[in-house]
Amino acid sequence: MFDNFFDGRLEMTDSPFVVVEGLHFARGEKDIFRGVELQIPRGKITAILGPSGTGKTTLLKLIGGQLVPDAGRVTIEGEDVHALSRKALFRLRRRMGMLFQSGALFSDLSVFENVAFPLRVHTDLPEAMIRDVVLMKLEAVGLRGARELMPSELSGGMARRVALARAIALDPELILYDEPFVGQDPISKGVLVQLIKRLNDALGLTAIVVSHDIKETLSIADYVYVISDGRVMAHGTPDSLDVDEDPRVSQFVHGEPDGPVPFHYPASDFFSDILNMEKRP
Amino acid sequence: MIGRIVILGRRGCEVLEALGRAGQFLAQSAVGVPSREGWYLWLRQVHFVGVLSLAIVLVSGLFIGMVLALQGYTLLVDFGAEQALGQMVALSLLRELSPVVAALLFAGRAGSALTAEIGLMKATEQLTSMEMIGVDPLRRIVAPRLWAGFVALPVLTIGFSVVGIYGGYLVGVEWLGVFEGSYWSNMQSSVDFIGDVGNGMVKSLVFALVVTWIAVFQGYDLVPTSEGISRATTRTVVYSSLAVLGLDFVLTALMFGGFS
Repeated sequence: MFDNFFDGRLEMTDSPFVVVEGLHFARGEKDIFRGVELQIPRGKITAILGPSGTGKTTLLKLIGGQLVPDAGRVTIEGEDVHALSRKALFRLRRRMGMLFQSGALFSDLSVFENVAFPLRVHTDLPEAMIRDVVLMKLEAVGLRGARELMPSELSGGMARRVALARAIALDPELILYDEPFVGQDPISKGVLVQLIKRLNDALGLTAIVVSHDIKETLSIADYVYVISDGRVMAHGTPDSLDVDEDPRVSQFVHGEPDGPVPFHYPASDFFSDILNMEKRP
Repeated sequence: MIGRIVILGRRGCEVLEALGRAGQFLAQSAVGVPSREGWYLWLRQVHFVGVLSLAIVLVSGLFIGMVLALQGYTLLVDFGAEQALGQMVALSLLRELSPVVAALLFAGRAGSALTAEIGLMKATEQLTSMEMIGVDPLRRIVAPRLWAGFVALPVLTIGFSVVGIYGGYLVGVEWLGVFEGSYWSNMQSSVDFIGDVGNGMVKSLVFALVVTWIAVFQGYDLVPTSEGISRATTRTVVYSSLAVLGLDFVLTALMFGGFS
């Protein structure tokens, strides 16, 4: 009996935390995903890279169960996210944290109350304990002194750090980062890179980072998926992608302006367009 | 021709679909026993949609009562019937003007604010992040607002009537010199509590449900851009005003039309 038990557990720890299989998703006429396959390893930082507009945020929303795929499955620890009832889905989400691009702090609550929010709604902790936990989380992101401020008084970088503190308030097992570095100055970018790495090391979180900031993301990722045209274009460790010879991968990873992904949006010939006076604009 | 029929059919389907979404939305958000915190959230919304709308509703009520008395007096005095002024003011207010005008003001003052607030929460991903924290925004954000509106508008309507009748008194009795005793006693003898006050309150409850429902649904269902928010806010005011006026006719026909 115990043999089986240990076998099962061993298998569990080896199995990926999140599995995405044959994911299809379309918005209106536009296909966003055409058969995406991902395996997110447990306790590691997995980066999902891709040009803007490839639906990276959509992918996170599909993993979080906010959107329903047209075909395919997303399983988190064996639970099919989209087959769960609304109640079970909300229970599953308590084990996840998500850092939104905009921070998405509740604008009517102070920094302290924002971080305390998940604790207040999901636990029965006494007020003193909530205070301690919130201060610990804020200390971890370096904003303990800003607890009294309102979200409107924070800079973009600070808002994102508060949002990070809120996302880890319940000690989630999985954390989803949606473009954590976008629009940040170099200092806050550096701070966020450090924080994501440190949280992963210290708490053993499974992290998914969706981004198009190659340098920062590759510096902390353990495994990388590159998505383009609705499919996984390449995957591997950061080092292996750096030397990948596929022209599409290399264009993206090295940030070349023109290549297989064209600089120009599809259009008719430039000269005939300029000379064609009748069809304005 | 066929094209037009196709467009008409598609529009019809879209409207039905939106109605279905709105119905599902109402069912999911209105049902459920509020927790202790739910009461607190509800109370805050009652303050926001109710207490803060008091000023505009009461001031409008006062003026409408005054205008009613002035207009009524000039009409009634020709027949020597100015003693019936109290009755006229009270009945017009209780049966029609209070529920309708209070609902229209409520749609403009509180409904549009609800739509914009929920819409902005949606645009800044606050609703999504709440979902990801594992809290249902329908319960936490929408339900308190829905119930607050449902309770606040009938109370505002009562206030509107009271102040309106006082406004009629100011103009009719204090200014134009109608005998005070007949103003009040005619009112007392002609107003039926169930038939007039009760029916007016039923109207007000229906309007409260419809206006708040439209406001929160428009906020929740909008396209999360600045243009989307402005459109949804406009739609809230337009739809609720039309719904209130249309429903008022239906309810009046049922209550006072002599069909029963």
